[in-house]
Amino acid sequence: MPTPIKSITNPKLRLEVLTPEEIRKIHEATLWIIEHAGVRFPSKRALDIWQSFGASVDAGKSIVRAKGRIIEEALEQAPAAYTLCARDPSQDLPLDGNHVFVGTDGCGVEVLDIETGARRTSSLRDVSDIARIADATAEIGFHWVPVSAQDMPPETRGLHEVKAIWENSSKHVQTESIYNEREARVAIEMAAVLAGGGEALRKRPLLSLMQCTAPPLGQDGGSLDAALLAAEAGIPTGFMTMAACLTTGPATLAGNLAVGNAEVIAATALLQLAYPGAPVFYAAAQTASDLRSGAYTGGGPEDFLFGAAQNALADFYNIPLSMGSFATGAKEPNWQAGVENSLSTFMACVAMSDMLLGVGLLHGSRIWSYAQMMMDCEIFSIIHKTMQGIVVDDETLALDTIAAVGPGGNFLTQKHTLKHMRDVFLPQFMDRRPYNEWEAKKDDARDWALAKARKTLAGHQPDPLDRKLSAEMARIIKSIEEGNK
Amino acid sequence: MSTDLFPKMAQSIIDGDSDAAVALARQAVESGLDPLEAISKGFVVGVNTVGEAFAKGDAFLPELVMAGEAMKAAIAVLEPEMQKRDMTRTMLGKVVLATVEGDIHEIGKTLVGTMLSASGFQVYDLGVDVPSAKILAKVKEVDADIVGLSALLTTTMVKQKEVIDVLDKEGLRRKVKVMVGGAPVTHDWVQKIEADGYSEDAIGAVTIAKQLVGAA
Ligand code: B12
Repeated sequence: MPTPIKSITNPKLRLEVLTPEEIRKIHEATLWIIEHAGVRFPSKRALDIWQSFGASVDAGKSIVRAKGRIIEEALEQAPAAYTLCARDPSQDLPLDGNHVFVGTDGCGVEVLDIETGARRTSSLRDVSDIARIADATAEIGFHWVPVSAQDMPPETRGLHEVKAIWENSSKHVQTESIYNEREARVAIEMAAVLAGGGEALRKRPLLSLMQCTAPPLGQDGGSLDAALLAAEAGIPTGFMTMAACLTTGPATLAGNLAVGNAEVIAATALLQLAYPGAPVFYAAAQTASDLRSGAYTGGGPEDFLFGAAQNALADFYNIPLSMGSFATGAKEPNWQAGVENSLSTFMACVAMSDMLLGVGLLHGSRIWSYAQMMMDCEIFSIIHKTMQGIVVDDETLALDTIAAVGPGGNFLTQKHTLKHMRDVFLPQFMDRRPYNEWEAKKDDARDWALAKARKTLAGHQPDPLDRKLSAEMARIIKSIEEGNK
Repeated sequence: MSTDLFPKMAQSIIDGDSDAAVALARQAVESGLDPLEAISKGFVVGVNTVGEAFAKGDAFLPELVMAGEAMKAAIAVLEPEMQKRDMTRTMLGKVVLATVEGDIHEIGKTLVGTMLSASGFQVYDLGVDVPSAKILAKVKEVDADIVGLSALLTTTMVKQKEVIDVLDKEGLRRKVKVMVGGAPVTHDWVQKIEADGYSEDAIGAVTIAKQLVGAA
């Protein structure tokens, strides 16, 4: 039996980070940017599509300028809700605006080894191990390719990675590590093998794709071509902006939102022009660059505000949102990681982002830590509980019980207490022991989180993938590799 | 008159005001001021001031970058005058800089370029997604001392090695030093591809570059 996936639903907490009037202003500013400054689309196919829908195209510079009407009409074609499907249908994820699901973070380059703790280059084995632990972890709803399989050839790396995840988990796979048409074509072919053909895959997309925009106001050619191919196959596809205050966007938050929004909605509109009704999502991981080094910070107050604001924008366009949270710059699981990941995730959750990316990486999405993965899951659990808010009704007001105990006494002996005690949150990794017990061991959350990861890896058997399907995927990858020679 | 031009020149750089820097450079040319002096006693003083403030944490990145831009603008005006007088500004070395083919990450590379220029290197920034052949061509064209290669993806790091191999094949490897950087670049990788240096940030890049040209 798979562990049921934990998601936030029917929240009692709300936050208005932007008023409807402010959202409209950002939207209008965005349309102005797309029409006047333009957005760069360095893909022949994309430029042809824009041209045929009446946008003005500067072919030399690959810059598209489109009237607001073209963008707005295209976006209206996008479905408001759809489902990310899993190999195991009981683990499907409805992106319906009433669920928040968490994924693993993606594309790390190093790993803190689960046994030795040493920092080393990531490999395919890590991809499998992390997928297996994620499969068993209730807080994790779907996968990104957590780290890069650097022991695999660069040309087919992304394919080995998705195969390894499918083999080690029955949850949905979203890849952000495939960013050219060639690899995307094969990944979709592999997904079709799993789903039982192209039409079956369209009905049950076992794969989704995340592409980056190229801030400021640009796209990557390979990513565009990969996304168009995915949209054609009915594979849910999103464009993520990382426009950052000071470097790839204005220093001011509103301006940076408008830049990022222009990139995302222009790319999303392109997919709708080409394939009306294709499932798409809005994706964002905006931040402010560090004032001293220009580094990607991934965890300041600006990030927290963007986390909520971008959901307001995605809601305005009525498409699901994938939000970057848990993006700490900390070098190891520590205070900074706790503060940054809690606040970014809280803000993205309270705004009801459909997907949150993702748990496990440190140092600005570069170093994988199994302990951090587990602690990030606990952060989500705490927020999950908080989002349920305070229920006020006769049962929860508990007047009979209060009267029975009266002044003084305690509630430990009450049936009402027994009935509701499990509503109280019980953390896995918070230290609530007596001081002397801590003093004797001096261990903490990091040790317990790592121990849990180890135990899961050693004990969890994922629902095995049919050997024949595995072999077929391997054959497809091999034929590409041999063709490359 | 020249004496009151110098502090103004420095100030234009400190303010990151390219327009003012250009106007002052023109004034210098018109009044027959020695262009090398305009640089060393005027504009460079401003660059150093900003650089020092930055190192102390009193100035921020945008101020540093704007100072660099203003400096470039001023030099562009003085350059023809220097040629006319048959003068050359002594630079620490020539650096060809690029983000490798298939990779569009730009910011880190650009910051490295800014810092190198501000520190006295002649930088030829080829942009992003640059094929190895194009890098090689530029190295030959400008007779570069250093090639700086940025790669942020595990799939594109291999292009850093490709450039090294190409330089080797052309018999240029001994003459041209190669430094690399970017998110996935580690010490092991640097040793494996036999690059001459790497750094995790732009300030470190300057230290390495200086070592590589023997100016440290
Ligand atoms: C911002 C960003 C982007 C932006 C870049 C915007 C732009 N205009 O430049 C965008 C959105 C375009 C982008 C796209 C993608 N990205 Co990206 N990106 C980042 C991010 C978050 C920060 C990079 C950055 O700008 N840092 C700030 C600058 C100042 O730092 P820096 O680049 O590291 O540079 C410093 C040093 O490295 C060094 N240095 C750099 N170059 C050089 C060169 C020399 C010679 C020397 C000496 C030193 C040196 O000095 C610099 C200055 O201090 C990193 C994660 C990270 N924390 O690094 C991911 C990251 C690099 N991206 C990643 C990925 C996967 C992608 C995409 C493939 C995602 C996708 N599915 O579309 C695409 C790639 C498209 C392509 N073909 O290139 C991965 C790569 C890891 C991997 N496994 O390969 C990372 C690590 C994040 C992650 N885990 O997902 N990205």
